Amino acid sequence: MTVTLEVRNLRTHFFTRAGIVKAVDDVSFKVERGQVLGLVGESGSGKSVTGFSIIGLVDPPGRLAGGSILYRGQDLAKISEEEMRSLRGNRIAMIFQDPMMTLNPVLRIDTQMIEAVQAHTNASHSEAWTRSRDALGMVGIPSPEERLRSYPHQFSGGMRQRVAIAIALLHNPDLLIADEPTTALDVTIQAQILAEVQKLATEHGTALIWITHDLSVISGLADRIAVMYAGRIVEAGEASTVLDRPAHPYTHGLIGSVPSRNKKGEKLRQIPGMTPSLLNLGVGCAFRTRCARATAVCEQEPPETLIPPERIVRCFHPMQDVAA
Amino acid sequence: MNEPIIELRGVSKRFGPSYDAAARVARSLSARFGSPPRNETVRAVDMFDMTVMRGEVVGLVGESGCGKSTIGRMVAGIMPPTEGQVLFKGKDIVSLSTEQAKDAKLKVQMIFQDPYASLNPRMRVEDIVGEAPRYHGMVPKGGGDDYLDAQLQRAGLDPAFKRRYPHQFSGGQRQRIGIARALAVQPEFLVCDEAVAALDVSIQAQILNLFMDLRRDLDLTYLFISHDLGVVEHLSDRVLIMYLGRIVESAPAEEVFAHPNHPYTQALLAEVPRIEARKRRFTAIKGEIPSPMNPPPGCHFHPRCPHAMPRCSVEAPVLKEVASGHRSACHLNDMG
Repeated sequence: MTVTLEVRNLRTHFFTRAGIVKAVDDVSFKVERGQVLGLVGESGSGKSVTGFSIIGLVDPPGRLAGGSILYRGQDLAKISEEEMRSLRGNRIAMIFQDPMMTLNPVLRIDTQMIEAVQAHTNASHSEAWTRSRDALGMVGIPSPEERLRSYPHQFSGGMRQRVAIAIALLHNPDLLIADEPTTALDVTIQAQILAEVQKLATEHGTALIWITHDLSVISGLADRIAVMYAGRIVEAGEASTVLDRPAHPYTHGLIGSVPSRNKKGEKLRQIPGMTPSLLNLGVGCAFRTRCARATAVCEQEPPETLIPPERIVRCFHPMQDVAA
Repeated sequence: MNEPIIELRGVSKRFGPSYDAAARVARSLSARFGSPPRNETVRAVDMFDMTVMRGEVVGLVGESGCGKSTIGRMVAGIMPPTEGQVLFKGKDIVSLSTEQAKDAKLKVQMIFQDPYASLNPRMRVEDIVGEAPRYHGMVPKGGGDDYLDAQLQRAGLDPAFKRRYPHQFSGGQRQRIGIARALAVQPEFLVCDEAVAALDVSIQAQILNLFMDLRRDLDLTYLFISHDLGVVEHLSDRVLIMYLGRIVESAPAEEVFAHPNHPYTQALLAEVPRIEARKRRFTAIKGEIPSPMNPPPGCHFHPRCPHAMPRCSVEAPVLKEVASGHRSACHLNDMG
């Protein structure tokens, strides 16, 4: 398998007046061709900022403070804005939680899609139109010829998200970053969208990073899972291993709090406390204040340890062979 | 337990534009001489019957636009029904005297989805939670500090923070403020409209546990409105499934999840993401939810239903008992 993306020791920090927010702190992972990586974490864990860092959309006061982002061996952290622009929307695409972040409300869909095609190819207007129509048809929009003439507000939320996905797919990207694209959608529509992206990964070999807070969405889709907490990956490995035998206490707690994992009517297993503020987060394991297994040693930085064959966990007291 | 606390009888809610005199003249003229005017009325809820017994937790499930929030609002008395009756402890709310109606309204409280939008950003927590009991004379004038502290503590908030404003709290804590506010007037019935949808999974578990503790301690009855079947399955005694303003299936929770009868319920259950699932192929119900402005004739679900027959597009199915306590509205049940 060829590696499409390799992120090494990525650090994205926000330099605010109140102090440095280490939104992404020493994050490393890789995604192979046709593979689906689930990047899981709660609000403020840094999962979205990781996505924005890869596609080069981190706004000041945030900036990359270290590490490398290797896309087919080329370091995206070092290339110029112009080179990045030729990749973005072309070889690397992103779907946002809110489709109106992608769509311009005052332009018709055809205008926006044809512009997106012509930005990266020499296609004529009619070639670009054909390609746009086919892309809309592919994501399951009925009568795409007519719908191309519509404005974004004439679509429902699910349809709009599909248009945003169609735009992301126009150039058959090698890497697609999806940032909670189904959170605002109904379950039946969510299933339709999951079916589309799954087809993309298997048929076109697109590597997919699916960012979410919902483990149940990702469990059916992902090959690998990386769990983020307070700017760091605390556990990463093959999806079924991470979900069936979580090693990090946080992963274990997260899986345990899903209602279907609990006996009906009984108390849900909950993680006490709440996610810490990333502002001036001290040294040591960030989860220790909510962790039942924490000891004095947790006030030091937990090292990344390998659980053979290939799982990684950042914890002094990993759980061994405990079923979730 | 066997006394109904809330009953809806044949309740409908329609939303339409209000026409001024000129628009009414124009519409009647075009109806006589030209094309008939476009029907702009949304039938959010259509002939809805529901009974909630004391101590019960009823889950109301449906996708966006099916009318589940409208039901919640009518039950909580925020919105009057266009047709039909809302009964509180057997009495029609409309027939009650002002004093009795106020009392009935206090007994039914609502918890909203968005913990950011449902709290006044310019009020301190002590006023958000304490205002209603003070106004309704549940605490002595000028006193009531102990009462307030007890309300906050019960919802899992530290009373030391009562001088703070909502923006100084996290999402989960704000939802606790909303819960403390609802419970401060000693309700018997809580309408939770997507009350945990905006929260992270680990915080969601904390709030759901709080709901269960409160039910036990205060003998509360819940109408739990959600699109999340996992949450509803965990919490509810009975589940109602809605599609485009109508109930399509109603059954005890175990029954609905073990033996779904209506094709819509079956499809919905098949699409629920489950953490137990591994690397599966996703398929989906075809099509989108139709607009409630122009619902399909007959059974609302027939354009998306894999078992649709000619009869389905003509005649709307009624709810019929398919097993004890299990009712479903589908023509398939009439065939042997």
